[in-house]
Amino acid sequence: MALRRRLEPLDLDLDAGSLTVLVGPNGGGKTSLLHALARIGRPAGEVSIGGRLLDHMPATMRQKMLGYVPAARELAWPLSVRDFVKLTAPAATPEAVADILEGLALTDLAARPVDALSTGERTRVLLARALLPRPAVLLLDEPFANLDPLWQLRLETRLRAEARHGTAILVSAHDLDLAARLSSRMLVIDRGNLVADAAPETLAADGIIAKVFGVDRAADGAWYAVT
Amino acid sequence: MTRGKLLWAPALLAVLFVLSLLLPAGDLLGLARTDRTLAGAILLELRLPRAALALLYGATLGASGAAVQALFGNPLASPDITGTSGGAALGAVVAAYLLGITGPFGFAAGGIVGAGVALALLLTLAGPRAEAATLLLAGVAISALTGAATALALALAPSPFAFYDAFEWLMGSFVDRSLPQLAVAATGAVLALALLATQAGRLDRLALGEEVAQSIGDDPARTRLVVIAATAIGVGACVSICGAIGFIGLVAPVIARTWTGHHPGQALWPAAALGAALLLGADLLVRLAPLGRTLPVGVVTALVGAPIFIRLVTGSRAQLAACATWRRACRRAAWRSDGALSRSILIWTPEA
Repeated sequence: MALRRRLEPLDLDLDAGSLTVLVGPNGGGKTSLLHALARIGRPAGEVSIGGRLLDHMPATMRQKMLGYVPAARELAWPLSVRDFVKLTAPAATPEAVADILEGLALTDLAARPVDALSTGERTRVLLARALLPRPAVLLLDEPFANLDPLWQLRLETRLRAEARHGTAILVSAHDLDLAARLSSRMLVIDRGNLVADAAPETLAADGIIAKVFGVDRAADGAWYAVT
Repeated sequence: MTRGKLLWAPALLAVLFVLSLLLPAGDLLGLARTDRTLAGAILLELRLPRAALALLYGATLGASGAAVQALFGNPLASPDITGTSGGAALGAVVAAYLLGITGPFGFAAGGIVGAGVALALLLTLAGPRAEAATLLLAGVAISALTGAATALALALAPSPFAFYDAFEWLMGSFVDRSLPQLAVAATGAVLALALLATQAGRLDRLALGEEVAQSIGDDPARTRLVVIAATAIGVGACVSICGAIGFIGLVAPVIARTWTGHHPGQALWPAAALGAALLLGADLLVRLAPLGRTLPVGVVTALVGAPIFIRLVTGSRAQLAACATWRRACRRAAWRSDGALSRSILIWTPEA
């Protein structure tokens, strides 16, 4: 596994039914934070969901607690879409699988091998896999990358709907407009530090966006580089 | 994988095993009429080790090939192509000719150490989820290194017959193996199969990618360690008794995965069964071929296995040609074939 940025110590709470966006410059530590929360790469620290430590949960319970969608979309084996989505939830009913596939417009692709799909289609497959066990917490690493405009909108709607049903969602994004539109809580991570945790408007007003990203918004709404 | 196929596999293996014990039947039947004790001894001490070794070695190659391919996410990884068998042969040769260790247990210990070192070296050189090109180059380097080192060890051996002895042994053969030798290989093979069986589910989930597998609580680093240890024990023990046998560990998992919807972990047992059937079949062919002399079985597996592998390669290349011109054709083609193989060949062949 590639060497990730080292995170500075941090505390983070995600409420059930909340949708939080994680932003930061390239290499700022977005993926490192998501990895630490999903317990990928033997990270230090503790993560508990509903008062129980994730590391001590049995596998069957853990799948119902945490759904993770990675930034990497490379898949090694030509499993069918349906088999791939079912792999971590073998007890899922055919109706539940059909429902998940239908919701992400994967029904027609169900018998296709995952490695022959486009990158955007693979994103939907990885998302369907994570959603099938109905997890309490959903962590998504750059899910909007490689999606066409229509699917970006559809994914926004879907994430809001999942949050309304009680899922705690943390999603990383690099598009600041999309991030501001998606959620009223934005986390900013820079050089491994969680530098801000506030509403998008507050971050802009406080000049944090300009300081971290080196860009600011002009009066007409367009972004410009801060020199 | 349908239940029907699962039930056929043990039946087919049983038939091949019994045929392997009884064929050629003419001399044995004649002897049974005149001297039952001698006929029984031939059956027990000559034919049983031969048939059982073919069965166990084939199963070990099939299962460890499937596990190593699942581990690397790559259908070109296999004990013979990536130098594990070569490492085992080197370890056994060093133990037998340079360290002067005698007895099958000593050979097997050398083979297991050699196979383990070769696999660890492969992982270090190529990385855990290696691209086909990197994996093949690392495998070629390790094979070349172990080949040269084996030749060097034999040249330095005190015994003037080392080269001649070792040639017959390293080419892969089940002829004239004793019951104690069978016991050593069987211990290694059964241990390897038992260890690999514990990892089938984790190897399946590795198909989701290493990050997702870790997020649901699997530890790919531990899976890697278990698969490497199991493969080293199984292949190391079998190679030290029977020599290196090629292509079974490569071809059996590739075919077996087409029966399991390409689930890499579920393919472990079907690949083991197919590997055993292929090696029993190859050994029967060696015995029954009217050549007047015995061929090493490794020659037959290479002659039968190489065309199958070449067919897989050319099949993928034809589909890739279609890919270049028509994306839908590519999707349909990849659907029919082992897509992972197609992708590997894409990286592998310079003109693609």
